[in-house]
Amino acid sequence: MVEERAAAFTRRSIKTSAKLEGLKLVVSMMDLTTLEGGDTPGKIAILCRKAMQPLHPRYQVPNCAAVCVYPNLVRMAKKFLEHSTVKVTSVATAFPAGLMPVKLKLQEVRTAVRDGADEIDMVINRANFLAGEYERVFDQIAATKQACGAAHLKVILETGELQTYDNVRLASEIAMRAGADFIKTSTGKISPAATMPVALVMLEAIRDFFYETGIRIGMKPAGGIRSAKEALGYLVMLKETLGDAWLTPDLFRFGASTLLNDILMQLVKVVDANYQSADYFSLP
Amino acid sequence: MPRRKPSQLTILDRNGERGERPIGKRERSLDFGERWSYAPAPEAHSYIRLRDRYQLFIGGKFVAPKSGEYFDSVNPATEEKLTEISSANEKDVDLAVKAARRAYKNIWSKMPGRERGKYLFRIARLIQEKARELAVLETMDGGKTIKESRDIDLPLVAAHFFYYAGWADKLHHAFPGQKMRPLGVAGQIIPWNFPLLMAAWKLAPALACGNTCVLKPAETTSVTALHLAEILQEAELPDGVVNIVTGTGETGSALVTHPDVDKIAFTGSTEVGKRIAMALAGTKKKLTLELGGKAANIIFDDAPVEQAVEGIIAGIYFNQGHVCCAGSRLFVQESVFRQVIRKLRDRISTLRLGNPLDKNTDIGAINSRAQLDKICELVDSGLKQGAQLVQSRAHLPAKGYWYPPSFFTGVTASHRIAQEEIFGPVLSVMTFRTPEEAIARANNTPYGLSAGVWTDKGSKIFKIVHQLRAGVVWANTYNKFDPSSPFGGYKESGFGREGGRHGLLPYLSLR
Repeated sequence: MVEERAAAFTRRSIKTSAKLEGLKLVVSMMDLTTLEGGDTPGKIAILCRKAMQPLHPRYQVPNCAAVCVYPNLVRMAKKFLEHSTVKVTSVATAFPAGLMPVKLKLQEVRTAVRDGADEIDMVINRANFLAGEYERVFDQIAATKQACGAAHLKVILETGELQTYDNVRLASEIAMRAGADFIKTSTGKISPAATMPVALVMLEAIRDFFYETGIRIGMKPAGGIRSAKEALGYLVMLKETLGDAWLTPDLFRFGASTLLNDILMQLVKVVDANYQSADYFSLP
Repeated sequence: MPRRKPSQLTILDRNGERGERPIGKRERSLDFGERWSYAPAPEAHSYIRLRDRYQLFIGGKFVAPKSGEYFDSVNPATEEKLTEISSANEKDVDLAVKAARRAYKNIWSKMPGRERGKYLFRIARLIQEKARELAVLETMDGGKTIKESRDIDLPLVAAHFFYYAGWADKLHHAFPGQKMRPLGVAGQIIPWNFPLLMAAWKLAPALACGNTCVLKPAETTSVTALHLAEILQEAELPDGVVNIVTGTGETGSALVTHPDVDKIAFTGSTEVGKRIAMALAGTKKKLTLELGGKAANIIFDDAPVEQAVEGIIAGIYFNQGHVCCAGSRLFVQESVFRQVIRKLRDRISTLRLGNPLDKNTDIGAINSRAQLDKICELVDSGLKQGAQLVQSRAHLPAKGYWYPPSFFTGVTASHRIAQEEIFGPVLSVMTFRTPEEAIARANNTPYGLSAGVWTDKGSKIFKIVHQLRAGVVWANTYNKFDPSSPFGGYKESGFGREGGRHGLLPYLSLR
């Protein structure tokens, strides 16, 4: 039934005004991401510029929610984004595997926050989780939350390694109870990354947490979402699972890099009624 | 709409809040409002050609009714007249039965199964080719959503013909060691909830077994059967092998009582089914009945609740609840009752009601004024007997026949809404404490068509399903259909099976 329900969202027909509004919403929810060993200040500059102004002003496209980088590049990104509302997100806690001493992981978080990170995307320790050491997973998340201070904490479950829906559900609950502001599907380094059924299970966990506590936890599918059509499918799923209150960058993000230009291409098509070639869209 | 006392009615407002009561800790609900609303996405239908008048299909040709009478077919979503349908009288029925008898004697009963199968394969392929057009017609004529007619009805219609096409030359494998022959002329009377699909369920096995048919579609939904007749012509099915007579209950009655019919297959209400059984008593005619239901959908406390809620939705709101196997009695284990109800309440406010041709519509129109009246009458009885009604506050269009997705709590076994088939988007929710009680309550009905069980525990599934007296039992899913799976009822839900190898039996005489 999970797959069936998730597939039903992709069959919604999103046209004209709803498509335009939806695409703009997706842009405003995007954590434009680069997580490569070769990331340089030059690459970060390109990414930040793109996040601040994804398209010519006449299309009235909002800026992206954030750029997502490695801790070493936080300071750089912060400088580029100084006068914008685009936030700086840093992955931390020994991304992507998370297999480092806790002390070092927390130090990494503190450094990233000190350098100006507004948001921290941590990874859970899947080794602990799969070994059934749930308290350890919980404690590390709680400690990371503390290290974040005012910075928002997104907790990456790496669902591709957890594999079962039951695991995803349990990990979501642990993360929310330990203080996550957001739960996030994947690092993008493991396949499969985000899938709609997995994201649905996480949204349902968020829903139950809200029913129980009144607290709204955010959600971030990341990795593997490449087309505007897929992104709109996620948005439909969000709208019909958690309702209006979650349709905001404060509670939903897309972690992606190649998605943005497909969104923009579709957006221009709706506005101008014809497709442009990819050459007309600057690479992030 | 019936009038209701405010104290008995819980309506969800835009914010999903209940009336003016403050939302306490346990009353938290989600807000499914207008933020990012979907633009209209209507399925194209300008290319659909509806005839001004539909004639009868007898002996391979469209012929005017001897009665000279026609009645209007109405689009239930707009109340606009779509077209006129012939009203067949006794003479017309007699002509149809004669045509079927001739075709049976001269052609169809002599034709090798392999050749019959070829026609069925051809019909199945033509249905697939014209699937979208037929889906749109089905939606315009019956009010069901295009989402369902396109994704469920039509694929199943084609699948049914494909499946029985495969059996046509393998009948001796179906019943090894037994000799068999077809029955002759089958009179088949079908309901309005799945017009084409029910036609396929009736025609495909009958034809595969070598019978010829006189099909009588429901009064409010005759159009697609007559478009199917065009497909039969295009497939060059020999004249008279399938005949279609349209009309009211009187037409059906003429078919049932016609002396030269060998078999009657009826799908519809239990009331009419009983009358048919009485009419056929003491005749040589064979009979199968697929009648009403009041299925139990049982949710145990170890069920995956999110999925069970989807199963409840699929069980009762599919096709506006116009489903004989609808999961219309929900039994929830007391320990998870509040949780299930809260989720169900939020879930029904996400169901989109409106233009059935819009691709995003979840709940279409009620099939007819008469059916809407029946739903309202039963809902009213539920309120009078003290049950609490929860309804989605979906906006109902001004024209057409509509009923919002609804469910009753505080229902007991002695309520009418717990006993009678509502055949609409209205669910009766009851509770139980132990598996034994669940089984006893589930079986406590004159019907026995279907049931559903929800639990993560496999052993419990096997234990429960064997004790449920229902023809179809779904475990951790609901309303799933496949041509290879037999379908039919116990008790007042009828007898005989359709689908699968079992579906061949009602159309064969074994020796």
